[in-house]
Amino acid sequence: MNYGALFRSALIALLRNKMRSVLTVLGITIGIAAVICVVAIGNAGQARVQQQLNNLGDNFVWIEAGGRAVNGVRTGTHDTKTLVMADAVAIKNQISLIKGVSPNVDDPVQVVYGNQNWHTSYRGVSPEYFEIKRWYVDQGALFSQDDTDRAADVCVIGRTVREQLFGVENPVGKVIRVSGLPCKVVATLHPKGLSLSGQDQDDTIILPYTTAQKKIKGITWLDDILCSAVSPDVVKMAGQEATAVLRDRHHLRPEEEDDFNIRNPEDIIQAQLDASKTLTILLIAIASVSLIVGGIGIMNVMLVSVTERTREIGVRVAVGATEAAIQLQFLGESIMLSLVGGAAGVLFGVFGSYLVGQTLGWPMEMSIEAIVVAALFSVAVGVFFGYYPARKASRLDPIEALRYE
Amino acid sequence: METIPAVNQLESTAAVSASAVIRVEDAHKYYELGETRVHALRGVNMEIHRGEFVAIMGASGSGKSTFMNILGCLDRLSSGRYLLEEIDVSEHNKKALALIRNEKIGFVFQGFNLLARTTALENTELPTLYAKIDKTERRKRAADALTMVGLVDRARHFPSQMSGGQQQRVAIARALVNRPSILLADEPTGNLDSRTSVEIMDIFQNLNDKGLTIVLVTHEHDIAQFARRVLVFRDGKIRKDDPVLGRPRASEVLKTLPTLED
Repeated sequence: MNYGALFRSALIALLRNKMRSVLTVLGITIGIAAVICVVAIGNAGQARVQQQLNNLGDNFVWIEAGGRAVNGVRTGTHDTKTLVMADAVAIKNQISLIKGVSPNVDDPVQVVYGNQNWHTSYRGVSPEYFEIKRWYVDQGALFSQDDTDRAADVCVIGRTVREQLFGVENPVGKVIRVSGLPCKVVATLHPKGLSLSGQDQDDTIILPYTTAQKKIKGITWLDDILCSAVSPDVVKMAGQEATAVLRDRHHLRPEEEDDFNIRNPEDIIQAQLDASKTLTILLIAIASVSLIVGGIGIMNVMLVSVTERTREIGVRVAVGATEAAIQLQFLGESIMLSLVGGAAGVLFGVFGSYLVGQTLGWPMEMSIEAIVVAALFSVAVGVFFGYYPARKASRLDPIEALRYE
Repeated sequence: METIPAVNQLESTAAVSASAVIRVEDAHKYYELGETRVHALRGVNMEIHRGEFVAIMGASGSGKSTFMNILGCLDRLSSGRYLLEEIDVSEHNKKALALIRNEKIGFVFQGFNLLARTTALENTELPTLYAKIDKTERRKRAADALTMVGLVDRARHFPSQMSGGQQQRVAIARALVNRPSILLADEPTGNLDSRTSVEIMDIFQNLNDKGLTIVLVTHEHDIAQFARRVLVFRDGKIRKDDPVLGRPRASEVLKTLPTLED
């Protein structure tokens, strides 16, 4: 059998009943379009969560000062005074899985500039903090290790603080009062937006931890130690090693509880990511149902077509068509139907996900895989649901078929 | 004079021998219909030689249609042997039979059986699609076959744009396109008026003169007279096998018939 002629005769057969062909194809079109939309939306959603994961920090390990039990009365977190700078240094030096460490001292604070004031929170850190949190400078330059060593009166402000205190004015070089301490603003930070818990991450001012410890909060210990593991896979293990190091340094007996907490904010986001993936798979499964329904539609129409063209089949067999040739002819028609449906589905799917992206303001990324898979799937539907009608056509008795009215 | 290759082919095969193209030995065919067994053929013996023009007649139920289906390799004998060009096809499988139908047999049906919305040329081409012939050769053969039935100027017409006689001529061209050993025509004039019927018989006589072996089923006596030999079937057996005496030429008969006015 000649493939060019096969293709041509399939096309002619389908064009003979244009309306019927279009309606048949619609099921596949809707199915493929739905799958492509769902995949695109799912991917965009995951990309958003992934971005939040990135925002959180670079393989973030968060060690927080713990609570105490004084005569059976338990305090909340951040009440122990045992977490000190030496712990941070020890973690950095002893744990190879951790590449970056910053101490952290924080508190709410009132800040004043000129006749403006604003209630925010400050955060005392080392310069490594900005790398750990993947936080970039908008204007100016970050404070240095030197500034940290000598507890310089400098600060870096987030977008929200900047807007509240300065409006359109350039804040770099200006002096603000942080809880009474005059601090020079050396840089502004690139906005990070809301955290997953809905907090405004840009409503903050950041100082060297020494300045915060000595000149604002008046303490010698730390509230937190923020670390960065060398890779996402070892975040947990790095946390465990940090636990061991800290327990040793704090001389805790085995039966004693930790006087600090290791937090895994990544777990929460990871769980969100997993949930989003599960939901996407579920939606794809639902959309796939319409592909099956579309396939059944193709099968139905092909069965009708075989019956209508019984005499044609008889003639073809009489002039020498083998069973295989007849089967191939009808299979070719059903594949062509499903492939055209698939192509239209890809078009509608791309258009649809573009519309959704515009509406939700999500950046939509078309995945080539989804399109290729859709095309392959529609061919598979054509083969699967075309097989039975094609087989039926090829098994017709030519004598009966030629006599068929 | 320009001769058409297909015609040359027919002449040359005719010249090879006068051996039997078709030989049927003790052919039986029966169908099981529930409990009862229906005997369609009850021991048929016959030979058809190259270049013959045989008409098969008989009432319905006489077994002539069954016999035609056997000759056309569309059906198989229950017992007995059928040799086509000295090859026993009784034991061939479906695929081998399809190949024989494609290469050695041309069919012409009562109802023309052309594909709708397909041009005369493409209809003629149909059997070549199932043979290993390249595209240019296919087109050429189809055009040659249409020339033989005098319809080359209608190559681009669709069946719906042609008269019954023209459609039947396209069907004949289709039957000839693969240069078969025999042409089987099952009531080819059954749907045609008498003048057009004679025109079709004229084409058959001309093809036969050029050496083509033709087997024709008909129930019209005057149509059967255009053949060289008439077989009469009754109750699954051949009852009469006579040469036609005083065979008329269709071209002469046509002159006596009034032309249809349109």
